Amino acid sequence: MEEPRTTTALLYLNGVTVSFDGFRALNNLSLMVEIGEMRAIIGPNGAGKTTMMDVVTGKTRPDEGDVYFEGNHDLSKLDETEIAMLGIGRKFQKPTVFDMHSVNDNLLLALKNDRRPRATMHWRETLDEIDRINRILNIIRLKPERDRLAGSLAHGQKQWLEIGMLLAQEPKLLLVDEPVAGMTDEETRQTAELLKEINRDKTVIVVEHDMAFVRELDVKVTCLHEGTVIAEGTIDQVSADERVVEVYLGR
Amino acid sequence: MNPQKRDRVLNGGAWLFLVVLIAVAVAVPALNLMLPPASAYHVPDYLVPLLGKYVCYALLALSIDLIWGYAGILSLGHGAFFALGGYAMGMYLMRQIGTRGVYANPILPDFMVFLNWHELPPYWYFFDRFWYAAIMVVLVPGALAFVFGWFAFRSRVTGVYLSIITQAMTFALMLGFFRNNFGFGGNNGLTDFKDILGFNVQSQETRAALFAASCIALALGFLICRALVTSKFGKVLVAIRDAEARTRFLGYRAESYKLFAFILSACMAGVAGAIYVPQVGIINPSEFSPANSIEAVIWVAVGGRGTLTGAAIGAILVNYAKTTFTTGVLAPYWLFLLGGLFIAVTLLLPRGIVGTWRWLADRRRAAAAAESERTPEPTPRAAE
Repeated sequence: MEEPRTTTALLYLNGVTVSFDGFRALNNLSLMVEIGEMRAIIGPNGAGKTTMMDVVTGKTRPDEGDVYFEGNHDLSKLDETEIAMLGIGRKFQKPTVFDMHSVNDNLLLALKNDRRPRATMHWRETLDEIDRINRILNIIRLKPERDRLAGSLAHGQKQWLEIGMLLAQEPKLLLVDEPVAGMTDEETRQTAELLKEINRDKTVIVVEHDMAFVRELDVKVTCLHEGTVIAEGTIDQVSADERVVEVYLGR
Repeated sequence: MNPQKRDRVLNGGAWLFLVVLIAVAVAVPALNLMLPPASAYHVPDYLVPLLGKYVCYALLALSIDLIWGYAGILSLGHGAFFALGGYAMGMYLMRQIGTRGVYANPILPDFMVFLNWHELPPYWYFFDRFWYAAIMVVLVPGALAFVFGWFAFRSRVTGVYLSIITQAMTFALMLGFFRNNFGFGGNNGLTDFKDILGFNVQSQETRAALFAASCIALALGFLICRALVTSKFGKVLVAIRDAEARTRFLGYRAESYKLFAFILSACMAGVAGAIYVPQVGIINPSEFSPANSIEAVIWVAVGGRGTLTGAAIGAILVNYAKTTFTTGVLAPYWLFLLGGLFIAVTLLLPRGIVGTWRWLADRRRAAAAAESERTPEPTPRAAE
């Protein structure tokens, strides 16, 4: 057993490698995200962005390398549920909400609370919970849709509902996979604002294709290519980097 | 439209279902026992155990709907839990026969004497006591569901694969129970019952009481299911059904939720089987046959998956149709009819009878709400 490393980083990935049938989705990937930071991860298709999120959330186990949360939780040994309970929330690329539940119930299920079956069996709605849900509904601007089935929401609204569910979980770290895919320009702008708002007291990692959106966020950017980090810095530095230009435009 | 109302344990539909059920539980025995056979309202003797059988099937359907309709677990082997409950009751009934059997052995049931066994196998001990058998009726199916579910849900077996292994489970049990050395009467099963709790199982009064007991069991099962699916636990189950991975990333242990629902469902199926056996007078390995389990799933689909009341109604309607069609000239065509019914429901009525009814009611209410939203709009302005 390795001694837990002491690192100030909230999320610490070192030399992480993941292979699927010989294909190296992640290749010696190292990444550090500090507490309170917002980080944008960019990269062409197949760069390993989603695989990286899978490793952090316990969906995929790394073949090699260290993944530490808060310096002492070895994420490579925990499953999705345990990692979620540590305080890592994830928004999927394709909006994944519970279609047959109302907007209200989607948030209710996400609210930070005792997750054990016995607790949910004896659960009674409290004023505090109603209050927390109302606050989130205001943030994600879905208050009028409260009783609608989530399945009947528009695409952009579903994306927001999912971000709202992330907020309800009260995680320490939010992983947000392509939050503006399929959104209008106006919605994209509002989403950038929303994420900045969230970043005031939470650490956020955003994976995104949309460069205009990343520019709008105005945070440190990490560019992945073939499962490894090829550039890191401000958006201007990264987009001036020769290798980044090469992988994005082809040679 | 109003989700709060639907979330209540006893909403309109649930009340109606319970009231009708209790009325039937009182009326059928009363009309059978108190009226002379000549009366137009007399319920004929043959009908009482037949209706009791339907009610037991309804409880089985309810147990399937709990896991299929709400947790998305399609069990094609639920007949196994029903049959195990039935066998536990059958063992009690066998031991009540005593010296009245053909071989008049005070301890050993007839088939054991016939097989030249001299001692009661240990797993038949204590089955002469009703309370013990009653515990086993719930415990045995529950334990099997626990072991099966523990492995299946932990290794995240879902969908078609899970359905196939549930099917294999009931098939394996059927083959086992067919064997004489298994100790459950081989292919003849357990039959020739005499009394239950000291009352003659053949008597009209006992049959009426068993019918009422079936209705009470169904009502209790329904209340337990309603309480569960309207709780937050039920919301989590539906969340797992629709997006299991998402539920895990929210921090819920999907396998624990599924396992609990599966065990509860198996126990309910066991109770259904236990009340069924004294009414039909026999339990044999054919109850484990995979076709029985599939038929039970069809009842739920016909009535409406995920509606609870629909499952019970579907079971009663399909079995009524079965009785009608298998006793007349149409008898050879019953299986075709059942298959056709399943195809028709899947294509034309995918929500089932009760599901479609609710869907129409929701649409009507939504339309009415949209209408009323438009009309009162000028009022606040006028008030200003």
